[in-house]
Amino acid sequence: MKPWRKLSLVTVLLVGIHLLALLAGFVAPYNYATQDRDHPYARPSRIHFVDCAGKFHLRPFIYETSLREGTLNNYIEDCSQLQPIEFFLRGEKYALAGLVPADLHLFGVPSPARIYLLGADGFGRDEFSRVLYGAQISLFAGLLAAVLALSMGLLVGGVAGAFGGWVDEAVMRTAEIFIAVPWFYLLLGVRAVLPLEMSPLSAFVLVVAVIGLLNWGSPARLVRGVILSGRERNFVQAARGFGAGRGYLLRRHLLPMSFSVALTQMALLVPRFILAEVMLSFLGLGIGEPFPSWGNMLADAQQFHVLTAYWWMLLPALAPVPVFVAYHALADRLQERLQSAN
Amino acid sequence: MIRYLLRRLGHAIFLLFGVSLLLFFLMQLAPGDFFSTARLSGSISPASIHALRTEYGLDKPLPVRYLRWLNSVGHGDFGYSFAYNMPASALLLPRARNTLLLTVPCLLISWIIAVPLGVLAASRRGGWLDRFYSGGTSALLGMHDLLLALLALLLALRTGAFPTGGMMSLDAAGGLWANWKDVLWHMALPAIVLIVGSLAPILRHVRSTMLEVLDSHYIRAAEGHGVGRLTLLFRHALPAAANPLISLFGLSMALLIAGSMLVEVVMSWPGMGPMVLEAILARDMFLVVGAVLLSTIFLIAGNFIADILLYVFDPRIRINA
Repeated sequence: MKPWRKLSLVTVLLVGIHLLALLAGFVAPYNYATQDRDHPYARPSRIHFVDCAGKFHLRPFIYETSLREGTLNNYIEDCSQLQPIEFFLRGEKYALAGLVPADLHLFGVPSPARIYLLGADGFGRDEFSRVLYGAQISLFAGLLAAVLALSMGLLVGGVAGAFGGWVDEAVMRTAEIFIAVPWFYLLLGVRAVLPLEMSPLSAFVLVVAVIGLLNWGSPARLVRGVILSGRERNFVQAARGFGAGRGYLLRRHLLPMSFSVALTQMALLVPRFILAEVMLSFLGLGIGEPFPSWGNMLADAQQFHVLTAYWWMLLPALAPVPVFVAYHALADRLQERLQSAN
Repeated sequence: MIRYLLRRLGHAIFLLFGVSLLLFFLMQLAPGDFFSTARLSGSISPASIHALRTEYGLDKPLPVRYLRWLNSVGHGDFGYSFAYNMPASALLLPRARNTLLLTVPCLLISWIIAVPLGVLAASRRGGWLDRFYSGGTSALLGMHDLLLALLALLLALRTGAFPTGGMMSLDAAGGLWANWKDVLWHMALPAIVLIVGSLAPILRHVRSTMLEVLDSHYIRAAEGHGVGRLTLLFRHALPAAANPLISLFGLSMALLIAGSMLVEVVMSWPGMGPMVLEAILARDMFLVVGAVLLSTIFLIAGNFIADILLYVFDPRIRINA
């Protein structure tokens, strides 16, 4: 029973992460594109309980900051501008999960003051909000690409396994060719023939499609293996003996057998594809401004002066870490279950 | 031996041929060619663009162009870089050498680290060492190359103890040994990033493979006969696990080549990575495709070496071949 409990813990973590991304508008205090030209590269806000006079407040608060005269990046806290952190307050309008219009936010400070949990970028955009909105793009790009790669794998691997003969041979040779190219180079090669400038939406669709369609090889190989061994199972032989056709066998017996393998494979593919999107956007070949992706948010941090002077610009790089760990843990648990089932 | 090697070599050649076909097809998908942008500028007459296209053979039918490209690859030219106006190989090969200089030692070092650790963890299955090992590899899986590379860059910038990029100091004029030391010093950070980034899958694979072997009857029998612990692990169990381990060698190399592309860009290592990025932005397709093809050749060559190792270490293959 132990693997089950571990599985549920991992599932809770993963569902939580995805919910957080889905509800980004509610959790984030601001929109991803809202700029604050008075606070470029603002430091992460210090959350205080004790004010300048030494008085304790039960409600946490921040001080408004302003640039120190004559400096470009030196902010000082203004003791006269105390801004209490409020919860469930009304603020900027957004569409919850992209559908429901709302303006309620989990936390924030009364406008026009702004709170920067993870600091701000060069346009004074809140990095915390952008990481959350970026999760919508990066997480779901990985997820969709994995679904695409697996559907291709199931289809192609299923056909190859069920038909056998020269179909199998041809399909598997082609898969080998796709696997033989180092995947990131192949991704870049395909990206090179596509237009460099495009609208953010088509860039998203394109990134998902390219990542998903190029990586059908190894899922197809796995599915084919399961189907080949499944064909020899007694109940499948029996069904065939009763006159079941190829399509029926595939649909009713063989493909369902490969679902658990496909699911395990998916848990491994999603983090890889998330990373692929992040890397593409980081290099400026994926999703572009003003939309945040975990990759393009880091593109700035590559510049030496940004990296040394504004260390918080590096923080978005930490966002994928829990996601990767959770997905790999899920893959491990699924693998364990798969092995104990056999 | 000869027959086995010939078969693997044949397979490698088939793969290369397939990949070249795939990449050439890919190149044709590109909308327009290098001269399309020149046409837009208006300063070059259509006639001279036509003349240029004829000169470079871009007006020939597809199969002819494929054969010409293949011929050029075969002669080591890898097509023609329009942006630099020279054979792509002159640009590719020095960069490829630098990439190999970085990745090959990283590959070896990560295996040298991973194998003893994995064997040790497997031999203490369920113990605190094994648990620490599993936790550590899970955490490592989360540390992606981009995070590591940026952290390394931050370290180099903050401490000044390491160079922030490049492969050699500008004022390097010392002897051979001094130059090597300079390169090694520049290599240190990118190499550490690559090794840490690629270690986790190898560590996990070594452990799980060893667990499988240690579960088998002959190991139990050897244990019952009083074979010493280290002899048991390294003399009996490890060679039995050689087959799946060597198979992973190729895979780990694929991961490393892909990972090094990003690390090279972030840490400005003059390998193929930064060049490919530049070529993509300049729409210099022969250079892009040449780099992809070259990286594939490295991978296939690595797999071929793995095949040879397999033949040497696994008697089952020697008998079947």
